[in-house]
This record gives sequence, C-alpha cells and structure tokens, in this order.
Amino acid sequence: MTDSPALVLRDVAKSFGAVVALRSGSLEVEPGSIHALVGENGAGKSTLVKIVAGVHRRDAGTFQLHGTDVDFGSTAESKAAGVAVIYQEPTLFPDLSVTENIFMGRQPLGRGRRIDRAAMYAEAEQLFNRLGVAIDPRRPAKGLSIADQQIIEIAKAISLDASVLIMDEPTAALSGVEVERLFAVARSLRDEGRALVFISHRFDEVFELCDTVTVMRDGDYVSTDAIADTSVDRIVSRMVGREVAELFPKTTAEIGDVVLEVDGLSSLGTFHDVSFTVRSGEIVGLAGLVGAGRSEIARAVFGVDTYDTGSVRMSGKSVAAHKPRAAIRAGIAFVPEDRRKQGLVTDASVARNVAAVIRRGLTHAGLLTNRDENRAAGPWAGRLEVKTSALDMTAATMSGGNQQKVVLAKWLATEPRLLIIDEPTRGIDVGTKAEVHRLLSDLAGQGLAILMISSELPEVLGMADRVLVVCEGRITAELSRDEATPERVMHAATANVTHTGELHQEATA
Amino acid sequence: MSDTLLVEPSAVSPTQRVVGGLLRSREIAVGAVLVLVVVLTTIKNPNFLFSSDGWRDLLLSPSLLLLLAVGQTVVIITRNVDLSVGSILGLTAYFTGKLFVDHPGLPIWVVFLAGTAMGALLGLVNGALVAFGKVPALVITLGTLYIYRGIFLSWAGSDRINAGDMPSDFLALGTKTILTIPVLTIIGFVVLAAVGYYLYTARGGRELYAIGSDPDAAVLYGLPTRTRVLSAFVLCGALAGLAGVVYAARYGTVSSGAGYGMELQAVGAAVIGGVAIFGGSGTVWGAAIGAFLLVTINRALPVVGISDFWQRAVVGALIIAAIVLDRVFSAREERRLVAARDEMRKS
Amino acid sequence: MTSATLDRSASRTYPAYSRPLWRRALFTREFAVIALLIAVLFYSNANVPNFDSPLTMYYLFLDIAPILLIALPMTMIIITGEIDLSVASVVGLSSVLVGVLHQDAGMSIPVAGAVAILVGAVCGAFNGFLVAYVGLPSLAVTIGTLALYRGIAVGLLGTKAVTDFPEKWTDLAKERITEGSSYPMILVPFLVLAIVFVALLHFSPFGRGVYEIGLNDEAAHFSGVDVERTKFWLFVMAGAVSAFAGIYYTLRFGSARGDNATGLELQVIAAVLLGGVSIFGGRGALHGVLAGAVLIGVISSAMRLESYTVNVINIVIGTLLVLSVMSTSLLAWVQGQLARRRVSHSSETGQRRQAAAATDSTNER
Repeated sequence: MTDSPALVLRDVAKSFGAVVALRSGSLEVEPGSIHALVGENGAGKSTLVKIVAGVHRRDAGTFQLHGTDVDFGSTAESKAAGVAVIYQEPTLFPDLSVTENIFMGRQPLGRGRRIDRAAMYAEAEQLFNRLGVAIDPRRPAKGLSIADQQIIEIAKAISLDASVLIMDEPTAALSGVEVERLFAVARSLRDEGRALVFISHRFDEVFELCDTVTVMRDGDYVSTDAIADTSVDRIVSRMVGREVAELFPKTTAEIGDVVLEVDGLSSLGTFHDVSFTVRSGEIVGLAGLVGAGRSEIARAVFGVDTYDTGSVRMSGKSVAAHKPRAAIRAGIAFVPEDRRKQGLVTDASVARNVAAVIRRGLTHAGLLTNRDENRAAGPWAGRLEVKTSALDMTAATMSGGNQQKVVLAKWLATEPRLLIIDEPTRGIDVGTKAEVHRLLSDLAGQGLAILMISSELPEVLGMADRVLVVCEGRITAELSRDEATPERVMHAATANVTHTGELHQEATA
Repeated sequence: MSDTLLVEPSAVSPTQRVVGGLLRSREIAVGAVLVLVVVLTTIKNPNFLFSSDGWRDLLLSPSLLLLLAVGQTVVIITRNVDLSVGSILGLTAYFTGKLFVDHPGLPIWVVFLAGTAMGALLGLVNGALVAFGKVPALVITLGTLYIYRGIFLSWAGSDRINAGDMPSDFLALGTKTILTIPVLTIIGFVVLAAVGYYLYTARGGRELYAIGSDPDAAVLYGLPTRTRVLSAFVLCGALAGLAGVVYAARYGTVSSGAGYGMELQAVGAAVIGGVAIFGGSGTVWGAAIGAFLLVTINRALPVVGISDFWQRAVVGALIIAAIVLDRVFSAREERRLVAARDEMRKS
Repeated sequence: MTSATLDRSASRTYPAYSRPLWRRALFTREFAVIALLIAVLFYSNANVPNFDSPLTMYYLFLDIAPILLIALPMTMIIITGEIDLSVASVVGLSSVLVGVLHQDAGMSIPVAGAVAILVGAVCGAFNGFLVAYVGLPSLAVTIGTLALYRGIAVGLLGTKAVTDFPEKWTDLAKERITEGSSYPMILVPFLVLAIVFVALLHFSPFGRGVYEIGLNDEAAHFSGVDVERTKFWLFVMAGAVSAFAGIYYTLRFGSARGDNATGLELQVIAAVLLGGVSIFGGRGALHGVLAGAVLIGVISSAMRLESYTVNVINIVIGTLLVLSVMSTSLLAWVQGQLARRRVSHSSETGQRRQAAAATDSTNER
C-alpha cells in the first residue's frame, strides 16, 4: 500500500454552457476503504464520477490518482489507469454474449492473436462463481433483468482488476439477497487493498458498508467524516442544509366516492392479480423496491402498456385497455417517472408541452395556431409558477423541479379526476420538493384522487392516506396511514413470495 | 418446465448447444432456401446445374454482389449504411479500363491493387464525413452516391471502355476456372473468409459488433468508435473498388450503367442473410448466402417459366419476408429470455 | 365531481416569445435556404443566357412537379424520424397501371387514375402497417418495397411502353395556367395539396403529434398521441400522392413505362433534407422544403442552360446535400474553435460564447 491516497479530487469544477454542474467538488479515498458519497439529486455526484471516468473533462481543480496528477480525455484512458465505474444505468451491448460484454476490447488472445473463446468463457464462469450467480456465459445480454445487468457490470469491473472502483447507486434495483451478495464482494475487494466509492440514497446501506462518508450539496463539497463518528440525522441535515420537518405538509382531506377501481389486473412476467381502489380526496401511495412492478401497474392502468387480464374502471365505467386517449377521456392524468424521456418533449417549447394533451380542444375550424396554444398554456404555467422567460423557450435547459412543474401543468390542464404520479420528486431540489408536496395535498383537498408511486419511503409515509406495498408484481400489504411504519412497509416490500406454488401453477397452465 | 437458455451452463452439453445453435442459425435457413431453389430449377431444367456453363454461371454470377454484400455487412454491423457502393463500383470499373488504355503494359495485379485503393479512398471520404460530421451515414452516402456517379459519368463523357481496350489476359480472368471454380468467385471467397475470420476472432471485429449494438455504450466503454467506423467504410469502399475491377474483367465493357442500383441489392443481400439493419448482429457468411440467393433466383426465374421482368418483385418480397421473419423470431426469443428470468426468480 | 383547479390564481404571466418576430423569422434554416434560392435566382437571371425566358420557368416547374408533390408527405414522414424509399417505385407502378388499365381494360383516364391512386394508397398502407404496427425499421422495409413495387411495375409491362393516351389528357398535363404564362397547370393541384399539408403539419393537433413523435416518441405516446396510427396514415398519404405524381408523369411524357421515375426517391429526399428537415426527425418546415426543391430545380436548369451535363449537376446537388447536413456540425465546430481562442484573451466573453454555442447546439441538436 502506498502512502498517498488512491484518489484525490480537490476543488474540481465543471459547467455545461451556462449551467454549473459542479462548483467545487472534493473527494479523497484511501486504498483499502469503502467511501460513501452522498447528496441529493443534482448535488454534483454524477458529474464528479464522470470526471473521474474520463467522460467529462474538468474545468478547474486538482485530480490525482495514487499521488500523480491525471487528466483523462476518454474512458479508455481512465480504464487503463485502473479506474472502473459502474453507472446508474447499466451500459451493455444487448446483442453480444454476457462474456463478450465483460471482456470487450481486452479478450484473452490465443495463437495468432485470435480470441481464445474457451479461456474467455472459463474466466467469465469463474467471475460468476465468485459473485455467486448462475448466468450462462454464452447467453446474450438482451433480456437480462436490471439486477443481472448490474451483476455483469460488477463482473466487468472486477475483471478489469481496477485499483479504484466507483459504484453509482448500484443497489437501487436490487433485492435484499442481491444487495448482501454485492456487499460481500465489495468487502472482499476492499480487503484486497482497492479503493471503493459507493454512491447511495439508502443510509442503512451506507452505514452498514462504508468506512467514510463525504457529503455534497448544490455542486459543493460539504464534509467528510468517519462513519463511526456521525449519524444519519447529521448527514441528512448537511445534505439538505436545513430542517426537513416541513417537507410533507399533508393536510387531511375529505375522502369521497371511489374514483378508480382496479380489479384483478395481470400481465405475464410483470404483475399478477392486482386489485385496489382510489377514492376522491385520497392519496394512495404505491411503495416497494425498484423493479417490483409499481410503475408497470400504473402504466397499464393509464394504458401506455397493455395487460392480459383484469379491468380498470373510472367511477364505475370501464376504461378501454391500452389506449391512453381513452384513459385521458375518462379523467386520468399520468405523470410518469422519467421526465426527460416520458414526461415531456424537452426540445419542444413550454407552451407546446403544456398544451400537448388539451390541444385537440383548442382548434378553431380544425386549425390550431401557436396563439391558441399560448393562450391556453400561459395561465396553467402561471398557476404552477413555472420559471421561464417566455412560452417559446424549450424545456431542455430547465432544472428538474421546473420541468416537473411543466409536466404537472400539462396534466392539470386536462382537469383530471385521478392523478397518477410516479416518483413525484425524483431529481428535484428540496425547495421545489416541498412545493410539489403542498400542491398534491391541495389537490387532494379539492377532491382529486391521487395514486402516488415513490421509492422514497419518507415521502410515501408523509403523504399517503393509505399505502399499498408491491413485491415482485403482487400487492403484499395494504396499510392505513396510522399502520404504515418504515419497518412494516420494508417487511412487506422484501417479503419472499409465499405463494410460489400458485405461481408455478399459473406458469405451467 | 422446458429447457431454457438460463439453465446452469453445465446442463447443456456442447453437442446440444451446437445442434441448437445450428437449428436456429439464419445462415442454415437461407442456405436451405438456396439449395431448394437450385434443386427445383434443376429438376425443371437439368442444364441449370449440370451443364458446364450452368455450373460456372451459378458460381460466377454472384461474385460481384458477394464482394459488395461483404463490405456492406461490415458497415451495417456498426449501425451505418453505405449507399454509394454502386457508384464506387462504376467509377473504379471505368478507372480500371482507363488504366489499361493509358498504360498498356501494366501488370494485372497492379490494376487490381489500384482499383481497390481507389475504392478505399472513396470509402475513406464517406467514413471521414460520417465519423467526424456526426451526420447519419444514410444522408452522407446518399450525397456521395450522386457525387461519385457524377464524377464517373462526366469523366467518362460519351466514351465507354470496350473489350478491345483491355488485355486479353485480364478478360480471360472473367471466364477462367480452377478445378471448375471460376477465379473471380475464388477471389470473392477469399475475401469472404478473411473478413468473416476477422469479424469472429479479432478484437477489432468484435468491437464493430459492440459499436453497432449500442453506440453510446461503446463510447462510454472507451472503444475507439471513430476509427472503427472509419475503417469499416474504408473496407467497404475497398471491396466495392475490387468489385469494380472484377466487373471490368467479367463483362469486358464498362458502360454508364455499371453498378447502377447495386447498393440496394447489396443491402438486400445482407438483410436477407440475417444482418440486422440497426447493427450489432449478423455475419458475412449470411450476407454471402443472401447474395447467392438473390442472384440465383434472378437466374432461375426464366428457367421455371416466369418472365425475368418479375425478378425485382421477387427480390423485394424476399427482403420483406426476411425482416418480418426476423422480427417474429426475435420477439419469440425475447419472450423466452423473459420467461426464463421469471423462472430464475422463482427458484 | 369537481375538477381540480388551484386556489392560487395565475400570478405569473409570460410573454409568448423570447425573441422579436424578425429574429424568429430570419435566423432559421428555412430562411437560409430561401435566401440561397433568391441569390441563385438573381445570379442566374443576370448571368445565365436565356434564364429569364418564360420557357425556363415553365419547364422547370414541369420537371420538378413530381418532386414538389412527393416532398409534401415525405417531409412529414422524415419529421417523424422514418423514411420512405419506395415512393419512386409507386410512381412507376401507378404509371404502368394507368397505361395498362387505359389500353387493355379500356378505362377512361380519370377512372384508371383513381384506381392507380387507390393502389398507391394500398402500397403506402403496406409500408405503414409494417413500420407502425409490426415495428420494423422503415429503412429496411422501404428498401424491400422499393424493389417489390418496381418489380411489379416492370413485371406487368416488361420493357414495353404504353404511349397511346388521349391528347386531351396529355395536353392538360402540359398546359399553362393561363395562356402564355410560365406556370404549368400541374401547379394548381400542387398548391391545393400544399395548402392541405401545411394546414395538417403546421396548424393541426395531428401535425403537433408528428413533431413530437420525431423529437421523443415515448413522451408522445405518454401524452396520448397515437404514434402507430399517425405513422400509418403518413405512409398511406405518401403512397397516394406518389401515385398521383405517377399519373402526371405518365401524361406529361405520354408514356407509361415500368422504369419511369427510377431514382426519384433520392431526389425527393435530397430536396427535403436540403430544405432543413433533420434526418433525426422532429425539425423542419414545409416552406424550407419547397424552397429546397425549387433550388434544386433552378440550379439544374441554370446549369443546363450553361450546357453542363446532368452529371456535373448531380455532383453539385450531391455536394450541396452533404454540405447542408454537415453545416450544423461545422457551425458548432467553428463556434467552438472561436470560443477557445477568445478564452485566452478574455475569459468572460469566452464563457458567454461557449454558452451561446452550447445553446445553439442543443437547439439544432
């Protein structure tokens, strides 16, 4: 082990055009340790990681690897220097075998510089054994679950024999067992003297796995502490920079008639026999692990995805399957989880985005003009306090919170009776978060039925009148606001499915 | 439960795997159709295969398209396309004739080399524009299709290359055979084998697949995407150039129509042979069989009594059938992989 | 059931536009094409002998009419991020059908034409079905149908040509709008179609959907745009309009042949891209495309008058196409280089430059 830290970043800055992504990022990681990097979305963690990986070049600051100054212009350079990065979203080549994915560009060569496939498969199998998974090394990466894709990424990083390994939220999509397996691997890598950086939003994991923790906020370095010397509360207040009590201004609303009725909804491979209701004035939270099937259920209800059996009814009238238009007509609004890909057309103007759903009603003699759209979109953008200089600006350069306001304006403009909102505050700064929560609370107070999906347990517990927990495509618990405690929700979310026999029957039938 | 891909690796014996792979292989399927076409046509008219001319033409006619299809496949694998190959072929074919006219004593191998180099140069222009211009290959090569053909035709003007302009040794290559196999076809086979070997066993070859499978991931992975794409276009151009020389030798004349419309046939051959139009999968073997199938069907139609005016319709129907079948099979494959995943989770 | 409105009244109001009208109109790709067209027109009028004769314009429009016609639906297809390479084959097929139906089946020209347009729509529907509902890549599908439709056309007629058309109809195709004017009659149906397509693309909810599909089809799907149906109908329109162009082509030359209009698809696509439509989808406008098509026509006829061959003209058009699609990348590169140079002088202005370059490149994608 050398004297110098494995990785040093000091006062690193990076801007994209006018947007400052990183003001002053600092991170110092010792060999043989696991270092947690925490901060809210938009705090600059991912930008910092991408600078280390060579995806971006820093504008200013110090960047050292094992005591020598480095400046990576490409990911190939960082790789050669012994840096491995596992990104939030796995980046695999779907058409190639999992083994080729692991060894691409540095396959073992046999005679005549030809790739030695036998050796390659054997090595892949060894890696999988070490990780304790059974994956056919010859199968294509296509069709792997997110968790398995994550495993391939980890195998890739291990096979690189990297001295610095960065994991950007690797556990977001993993179940309990898979997380344990990953942690065992991480610890063994640490004991070999490697330096690991672990980015996570789950504090229990941070405290279980890591030795040191660095907090970032708004593109700045805040603090670094040994895990033993700090607490969750202290980290959270540093991340947020203020008290969090006001985050969930939930007021009780009068709960009225049943608006949405979902009965026995099933879709092969994603969810099974899902039934629930949402009443007017009620906020129903849909909790569970990422990949449990929550978003899929919402998408099926709204009709962007199809389902095999079951029915969806709005105020007693059935809604046609797989037709978003029919769902919109029935009074359903759907704010999807991925704003940039699904929620809005980022390259289109604010006015067109806000008027996107209602524009059929804005025509005069069948013709639709910019003027019609502006006139309809302006007030809605105003009511949600969208920050933009003009209605013809695109949504591309807006902050996450502002984009979410545009999406909400677009859907509230349809005057819905049910609002389905998937991850309402993902990637939104704290101030706007509270604003969104207050808005949801107000809307429920006015009689809107709300189905809210969230991976943030405090959000679910703080906002929902009733919590439904989804585990592996089934609703495993229904808890009232008083019954819903973190322990109970997590228990139901990670409950191993008890009715395996039933599942098998279904599958063989 | 039935066997799935996801069972423990050891549970599938190597033989089973190889047999299963062969049954699913696109190359075998298209090859079977090719054999069927040859057999049916031969039953109708034995001369199609058993006369010496029949046998030679069967092998000789596809040699041009074979070269173009191999080059096109390499480009398509990287999620690009080269529409200018027909124009490159025409230009180099004329260039070949011109070389013989201007330098009568030139050794034949020098001409082959010069034609290939000329094609490579034109391919380099395509590749550089695509790799550095960040503009889709479809548009760039559509532009160079016009430009190269325009250069060819204005250079040629009204004169054309005739058999008399080229040495008889060179023209003899067009009909010469070794062990009943035409020399030009042997050239095609050698190129096919070399490119096929490279794509399967070399790191560079595998990187071409990776780039086509997911270009963004390839950049993130640190693969040299620009150089690889550039070299794919250079190779494609070089093979089109070689095809131009072969064209001159085979037909003995180079008229203004040389290579016209060949780009679509080359893409068609690759698609029929199982090369995915959006990159990442497919082999040159498949594309080669696709090229043989296209050309052979064209030659078989008149023999079985269908006017050869219909050949283009048959080609079109084949391309459509190939991509529709591809979709059906890949959808089935995906369902199986997802089902296997559900199985895994439950056990 | 009460609808959800917010308590807080709309406290904020917004201006509709961030830039004044003249800037919005002038600094666009479309305007650049129009400016280039005007410049070329002026240059040709002044320097090319006989360019200002009324015959020049007459023949120019006769020649580019099929391109103008097919460019209308093609623009919409490319804006959704798809492509249709089979349009010229549909022109050929429709030409053959009109010939065969008129000569062999004894149909009158209008009836034969109606059948041809119907068949063209069916051809387009086949493309559209495979692309939109089966989900196949349009590039591969339409390469296939390019061969298929052309093959059927050639198969039906072989190398023969039908030339026996009533003079009434062949004259109509070449007639001028008014006696002695330099504008041919075909511009009338073209203008009608152009108005319909402009209304559809730029002034209708359907057209907004077309742009959204090209920019982000998933988000379009999530806000209730029927992506499949939109694409399907665009291909149907392309088929029908191509068939109409085929009828015109046949009557204008008085000849129905299987290989009529071979390669026309590339000219149409060149005109569309030259007119500022992004091949990635989501960007472009019909006035730019029409200017692009006319620009190609003007350059061709001016060069022909200067007695260049068609080959040289093709080189020029090809180069123009490559340059026009490269211009975005080139501009961004030049701006980047300028910004880098400025940074060494004054970091402040450099930053502003860079910011401008960054927004430009995101605007242009």
